[in-house]
Amino acid sequence: MRGESVVVVGAGQAGCQVAVSLREQGHRGSITLVGDEQAAPYQRPPLTKAYLAGETDLAGLVLRQDSYYADHGIQVVTGERVIGVDRSARVVVLGCARTIGYDHLVFATGARPRPLPVPGAEHVLNLRTVADADVIRQKLEGRTGLDVVVIGGGFIGLEFAAVVRKLRHEVTVVETQPRVMQRAVSEATARHLTNRHRREGVQVLTGTGVAAVREGFVELTDGTVLVADLVVAGIGVIPNAEIAQRSGLACDDGIVVDAHLRTVDPRVHAIGDCARFARPLSGGLVRLESVQNAVDQAGCVAAAILGSAEPYTALPWFWSDQYDVKLQIAGLTDGHDRTVTVGDPAQGKFSVFCFRGDRLLGVEAYNRPVDFLMARRLMDSGATLTPEIVGRPGFDLRLSLQQAA
Amino acid sequence: MPKITYVTHDGIETVVDVAVNETVMRGGVLNGIKGIVAQCGGGASCGTCHVYVDPENTKPLAEMHQVEDELLYFTACERKENSRLSCQLPVTEELDGLVVHLPEKQL
Repeated sequence: MRGESVVVVGAGQAGCQVAVSLREQGHRGSITLVGDEQAAPYQRPPLTKAYLAGETDLAGLVLRQDSYYADHGIQVVTGERVIGVDRSARVVVLGCARTIGYDHLVFATGARPRPLPVPGAEHVLNLRTVADADVIRQKLEGRTGLDVVVIGGGFIGLEFAAVVRKLRHEVTVVETQPRVMQRAVSEATARHLTNRHRREGVQVLTGTGVAAVREGFVELTDGTVLVADLVVAGIGVIPNAEIAQRSGLACDDGIVVDAHLRTVDPRVHAIGDCARFARPLSGGLVRLESVQNAVDQAGCVAAAILGSAEPYTALPWFWSDQYDVKLQIAGLTDGHDRTVTVGDPAQGKFSVFCFRGDRLLGVEAYNRPVDFLMARRLMDSGATLTPEIVGRPGFDLRLSLQQAA
Repeated sequence: MPKITYVTHDGIETVVDVAVNETVMRGGVLNGIKGIVAQCGGGASCGTCHVYVDPENTKPLAEMHQVEDELLYFTACERKENSRLSCQLPVTEELDGLVVHLPEKQL
């Protein structure tokens, strides 16, 4: 096969998608995907949901059938760690000492769980990979009524808490911030989620840190001691940027790339959880951890490799499933100073419009998937809404969308 | 395994084996069928796995829930009587031989 060769470091959602997008967009050169996990590329979101609950297996998580890669000339190397990159020689070095040359290199190395910085952290499990999920599943299998302590009230912690509660265990969530999902959602949405967890029988402790973990116990900073058969932490991630950094590329909580997702080396891009990219709308560099970000950045970089470079401008969006709550977020709501809620909070169906001054930053749709879709369309179109418009009686997002079209 | 036929907008037919418990959407994505985007991975959230079930179909399909019904008004291509979100069509043995037609675009 003629054409330029592409090596992708990391075989998660972003890495897999860049390979798929390259072929879909007509790339004719070789594509090699290198991942350090044993499994073929798979989706992570179900790990805290259906997979943990035992409703699906690994075959239900994989992103493509094995035959797809063979049929499309994509070489997938699993269970192999990249230990170095020599950018002057344009070569990637694997742990087994094999080297692979490249014309274009894409870092899609993802991130790893941030370790809990307290004594006894070795008793704490994480949930990032299918191997992590298997360990937890095994501990829960066939049992009920275990005392489970979840450290961190973010997306991972709360989704995990919901599934484990449904499996009829006793769950306590410990969050150091004054409320759950402090950076991810508005106060109104966080309050509803917290109440929902409490109604399900989950104990949610906020404004409390963990002082130490011992076999069977978690000690909190306020002196409380929780009994714990199982301790799982979800307190954020550390981007896997070390290989890029050792190859001389700028890194600062992620591999630093420009608005085209390119490093200072025009042959090297970074995408997904590991990439800190220039986002003019946010006034600086941001790093996002989401499926949408991984997939859309992969498509953007595939196009760039094929000669159609465009700045990355996709609207970020996120989702979380907890119990029967479908929370969907369009835009980046962090930094908002005003919110307007529409819908019926008492019935658990509402949307929170988040503004900074008069500027709409994003919309959190709580069991309102149509609002989510319309908000995305509206924000994609560049149209805007003000708190006054949304706050008017009889406000109809559908009409605003029609007017914007 | 049940066989499902995907017909792209430009008339290319692909028959794939799809495991029971997967969905019609997953069957397409796993095999790299062009024309199913499935941005949200199957949560009835994005409306980008829109298909037209073959008009001659007599196989029993899962009932349409309210969310799917609402989202189908926001698909990129026109909603027709036989429109479905393929992530909401679990594959069963009875679906062996199902034919779905893909719209021109999903975004």
